Amino acid sequence: MREMGRRSEHADHPFRAMPPDEGGGQIVAFGAPVAIVLARRPTVLVIRTGQRDVVSAACPLAQSLGLTRGMAAAHARALVADLEVQDAEPEADIVFLDRLARHAARQWTPTACVSGPDGLWFDLTGSTHLFGGEERFCRRLLAFLARLGFSARIAIAGTPGAAHALARFGREIITLLEPGREAEAIAELPLTALRLEPGALQSAARFGLERVADLYPMPRGPLARRLGLKTVERLDQARGSLAEPIVPVVPRDAPQVGRQLLEPVGTPESIAQVIGDLVADLVAALRTQGLGARTVLLTCERVDGEAQRLVVGASRATRDEQHLMRMFALKMGELDPGLGIETMGLAAPHCEPLGAQAVGALLEARGQRRDIASLVDQLTARVGSSALFRISSEESDVPERAARRIAPLDLAKGWPQWKRPARLLRRPEALSNVLALMPDHPPRRFTWRRQDYRVVAGDGPERIHGEWWRNDREMWAVRDYFRVEAEGGLRFWVFRRGDAVEESTGDLSWYMHGVFG
Amino acid sequence: MNTSALPRPSADLSALREQVASCPRAPRTVLPFGIAALDDILADGGLNGAGLHEIAGQSATLNDDAATTLFAAGIAARFASERGADVLWAATTFDLYAPGLEQAGLAPDRVLYGEGRKDRDVLAMAEDALRYGTLACVVAEVKAADMTATRRLQLAASDSDTPILLYRRHRSRGRCPMTAPSAAMTRWRIGCLASERPPWAGLGRPRWQIELVRQRNGKFFTLELEACDAQGRLALPAAPGNRTASPRSTVATERAVTHAA
Repeated sequence: MREMGRRSEHADHPFRAMPPDEGGGQIVAFGAPVAIVLARRPTVLVIRTGQRDVVSAACPLAQSLGLTRGMAAAHARALVADLEVQDAEPEADIVFLDRLARHAARQWTPTACVSGPDGLWFDLTGSTHLFGGEERFCRRLLAFLARLGFSARIAIAGTPGAAHALARFGREIITLLEPGREAEAIAELPLTALRLEPGALQSAARFGLERVADLYPMPRGPLARRLGLKTVERLDQARGSLAEPIVPVVPRDAPQVGRQLLEPVGTPESIAQVIGDLVADLVAALRTQGLGARTVLLTCERVDGEAQRLVVGASRATRDEQHLMRMFALKMGELDPGLGIETMGLAAPHCEPLGAQAVGALLEARGQRRDIASLVDQLTARVGSSALFRISSEESDVPERAARRIAPLDLAKGWPQWKRPARLLRRPEALSNVLALMPDHPPRRFTWRRQDYRVVAGDGPERIHGEWWRNDREMWAVRDYFRVEAEGGLRFWVFRRGDAVEESTGDLSWYMHGVFG
Repeated sequence: MNTSALPRPSADLSALREQVASCPRAPRTVLPFGIAALDDILADGGLNGAGLHEIAGQSATLNDDAATTLFAAGIAARFASERGADVLWAATTFDLYAPGLEQAGLAPDRVLYGEGRKDRDVLAMAEDALRYGTLACVVAEVKAADMTATRRLQLAASDSDTPILLYRRHRSRGRCPMTAPSAAMTRWRIGCLASERPPWAGLGRPRWQIELVRQRNGKFFTLELEACDAQGRLALPAAPGNRTASPRSTVATERAVTHAA
């Protein structure tokens, strides 16, 4: 294919100029790992873009029925009656792809990264021979993904751009491209394959450009002016005249330390001693990596081959030796050493970055909040994780819905200053023999829990409307709350259902809801 | 034997005694109530900030229970605002209503709640929290705590300079939980009293009967006080003007006077 127009000259990318050790620089891209849905009904995933739902993925069955990506969800539903529609989760997809990239970086090649929302790039230069050549590697990869429940398409090419295009738009499931033939291979593919921006694609469609080959004969200056410089760059990257380096993900192993014991240990003191040594090692490892542990896992292998595990969690990333020791000391009773423990290991499967702390926070200034994270961990280890909480406000006027439990280190918000009792009854209790003036007066007397009360004074009503958006029964419901004081200084919080004017607001029954001090 | 050396040590001793007498006591954090009538009778001039204080309702009714809760909340709130730290509130059955506690001064970002299955869990949590030493105050609700448990709490409190309020719930009707021995610095009983009628139709500020059953190095007494305000402060009721007081409150005042005497 003859190229017309001027070409601006580039200095060759240093890595591209390096002689590759087998064949050429190979980039594998495998695109669109789609989960194989083993359902009988055709299934599509939809994502909301602007005002409408668009199909973001379709299962093979749905594809055979003519449903494609980018179709409006309503259109798809109209075409196929028995269609299963689920919401797409792009964030979860990215997280999974990232995990896959990390796995690849550990197992197959040091340079791997996520490309786009549906693909991965591996730089396979010099690593496929470890797996028996390119083709066998591709088949192995496909089998691996099939075990995970995914279908995939793989292309190996000299440039990331060409591999990306061939993996998504090529004819075969596995495409192996000889080096130097990228321009030829992608010539017949649609322009979308070049990762162009939506605006550039639109203007290309206006000019009647459909295939990648349509761009080859065009002069570069006008092309850049009409479709943007980015388009020219993408074209050059796919053909290999412009370098496109891959930014690899860096796999990180969980910090791990271990001790082989000379003799099996079984006494609490010796086990505590070993745990102390291990914790010191782990803290040193964490410090060099700039990490703090959220979860620490202790594994003890007994003489009879059984492994005992102990997990402690921290509510905030920590590498405080004493704190970790204190938490292990609380849980050490769960260990059963049996005839003796011969290997002990400590790992931190869940870590978070933890930098140096400013000294200002360590000085105990007056009026400054002191950290209670380690107290929270200690109490949690003692009584369980759900036992410790704060109470924060919920945006609701209905008293029993106004408070909710949050995690102990979250920030709690307060309530408006309406009078509220110190303790609330678990559910409102009905009052009997109520004597009250309607509509706006507190009761004069009532009977609660088989005891009569004569009311001396009262305050109210505080009217609380039902939350109609929750259920139909609360549509018109009204509660009128009164604070009343009975003889002897007994102060109560009672309410009446209904406003005594409209019948639909309630049946005018009275309830006790709380007690004031 | 040199007899002339004898008087000199005794002179040194008396000088030392003078020094000891003149130097101030070890600085202890004491939280005064800000009410002279109450602070004067308390041996420390307020609540000792490094000790165990027990409180209970005068009766098993829910009203006295709520009053006692608010009394504890008010004290905890004042400790929290003075020390700028959090409060741990540990209980077995959790039926506290946090908006109500906020109106006694205990803001939700100041309180950490703990829910234990048994009294033993609550006492262990309280002791851990005391030993930790960065909390402003610990409140523990229990049904039973024996002498050993209270002594442990008292030691932990004095070691870490953190106060603990042990709220003893009534186990059975008509039996005061304060009859069991305890190592507490002070023991209080709180009951509801009729509030004063304001000139408008409505409720006045609630009143409580505060009874100090026992204190170390001091007398017991009974006092009628107005309930906690939004900062957790109690107040002395104003002298009645030209209106006649309600019969119940007169009786209570008389009783208070006789107890104080």
